[in-house]
Amino acid sequence: MPALVIAAHGSHLNPDSSTPTFEHADTIRETGAFDAVREAFWKEEPHFREVLRTLDSDEVFVVPLFVSEGYFTEEVIPRELRLEEWGPELWDSDGTSATHATCTASDTGQTVHYCGPVGTHRAMSDVIVRRAESVTDDPDVGAGFGLAVVGHGTERNENSAKAIEYHADRIRERDRFDEVRALFMDEDPEVDDVTDFFESDDIVVVPLFIADGYHTQEDIPEDMGLTEDYRTGWETPAEVDGKRIWYSGAVGTEPLLADVILERAADAGADVEDALEMVRKRTGGAALIEQ
Amino acid sequence: MDTSPYEALAEAAADGVEFDGLVATREGGQLLVETPEETLTAPVETPRSALAEVGEYVENWFFWHQVAPQAESRWAFLRWLERAGGHAVPERYDALEDGLSRSWGQLRVTATLDDDQRRYDLRHEADADRAAADLQRSDDPRDARDITKLDADGEYRPLKTAPTLRSGWVFPDLDATDLVAAVDFFYPATIENWHREREGDLDISHWHETMARQTGIYGVVETWDRQEGHDHVEWVAEACCDDSQCLKRREWDYDAETPLETDGGSGVFPCREPCSIVVSAARQWTKQEGKQALTYEFELTPTEKEQLEAVVDAVAEGRIDDIRPADVRNEANQLRIRFLRAKLFDDDGNLGGVQTSDE
Repeated sequence: MPALVIAAHGSHLNPDSSTPTFEHADTIRETGAFDAVREAFWKEEPHFREVLRTLDSDEVFVVPLFVSEGYFTEEVIPRELRLEEWGPELWDSDGTSATHATCTASDTGQTVHYCGPVGTHRAMSDVIVRRAESVTDDPDVGAGFGLAVVGHGTERNENSAKAIEYHADRIRERDRFDEVRALFMDEDPEVDDVTDFFESDDIVVVPLFIADGYHTQEDIPEDMGLTEDYRTGWETPAEVDGKRIWYSGAVGTEPLLADVILERAADAGADVEDALEMVRKRTGGAALIEQ
Repeated sequence: MDTSPYEALAEAAADGVEFDGLVATREGGQLLVETPEETLTAPVETPRSALAEVGEYVENWFFWHQVAPQAESRWAFLRWLERAGGHAVPERYDALEDGLSRSWGQLRVTATLDDDQRRYDLRHEADADRAAADLQRSDDPRDARDITKLDADGEYRPLKTAPTLRSGWVFPDLDATDLVAAVDFFYPATIENWHREREGDLDISHWHETMARQTGIYGVVETWDRQEGHDHVEWVAEACCDDSQCLKRREWDYDAETPLETDGGSGVFPCREPCSIVVSAARQWTKQEGKQALTYEFELTPTEKEQLEAVVDAVAEGRIDDIRPADVRNEANQLRIRFLRAKLFDDDGNLGGVQTSDE
């Protein structure tokens, strides 16, 4: 039976960075769909460099728990896994359309199905909507609400913004929320001015980040004016410029993300139909079946 | 396991079995079994009662071939735990009755027999003599992830092999599969790398090649390697790879031809390349080591100079918290250092009132 590696960034400083990775891994472990499920990290252990040798399977699915196609997913992870045949052209992607590429790891001889990041999978749109439902505690949230999908953004890599815009566009097309916008920390349009971009009085803000940490728990809440000092916390919703901001925290902590990881593996050929059903039941992912 | 060890042996004997002193073959409807002590014959269909005398050999064969994880590295680790190489089966089974213990970093693993099944007790080595009932019990290997996350003071441990594993917990009754899973959560990939080293095929990625591989914000470290010599790498190893900082035994050097003089440590499992913390720190050092040395002039009494040295030493050795608040004889005592600051620093924090003047 093949194994699954969930490849995440991890942190030298933040003990909670790895928490969503472990939680999603546990959800998938419990389905028994893989011989082994192992978390691997850039900043923690097991490192990308050594994770494959801890797995017995000849065939391994690797799903990057990253938001966009870019430096980590196209360069760092394949290099550290020693996928020597790898080149980003194998994904043949427009920046958000990578599915997978199959390579051999020179370290172990294992066949590695290297998947696109979770952040650009179409099912991630549903996780964002789910996040909006949970933060407002309203399964039908939409009418009268604006939705801001927030990304890091970086001038150095256009794919970083593409992933955010991709989901904002998809959710907008569903006509569920009155308005949907893609906003960024490090490029225009900036999340600092969130209220300028919406007519609606209620705005749900969902950051497309994998883990809660400095950006989602300190930077963004302060930049949006939810609080003067992140240490004192903020209200949900918080009143800013006469509008109510419903700030959800990192989308990656949503249990439904386990489903997206499995979808990535399924797109790469993993036999996970039963597991998908189990995980959907557990995480309430029935909405995904409409895909 | 549904199949009994005896039936399983009878089946495997068709191809011949030779393991840990047990030899089993088949001839007609008979199972022929030899051990150093006994030679027995049993009917293939119902072998159990005739083989009672060599039960330990049969159970032992069964465990290693049908119960223990079969991946070479994990299998070798479990054999090492009970010193299988040097002890014959009856002797080993006697010892297992009392428990056979080994250290693995700060872990202590004790293998025992319970109803002829191997069970493993896993705990912190500092808790070796404590009753399991006095420790916090876990049965799921995944609990190891929470135990390793913070040290006894609540500080985050990004480096799993830092010698700061907290104590006070026990996995008292793991089977072989769960034991190796737990060890892998405590010290990821150590079993595999230890095994590769024992087999003589540990792949070492030395400093120079590891830094040359870095890109992005870490690419700058390459520039640290342009000059002659490798003193800087000796300093890195002395700072980061000492047993006081990491329990892995450093096996990487500057490059394959240039060994480092700094001691690699005494850990049981090897370190095969600079880790992510070393790479991150090296990036910082690359930036600071790029600056030219300047001459500063200010006056210190001999005691004040020694105090500065004592502070550096106390921070480097992690001893700051051990210095008692009123122990004013200690050169790094907080009151004495506050006095030093009051006397020698100007309002902008400059030592001796001398500006740092970054070039």
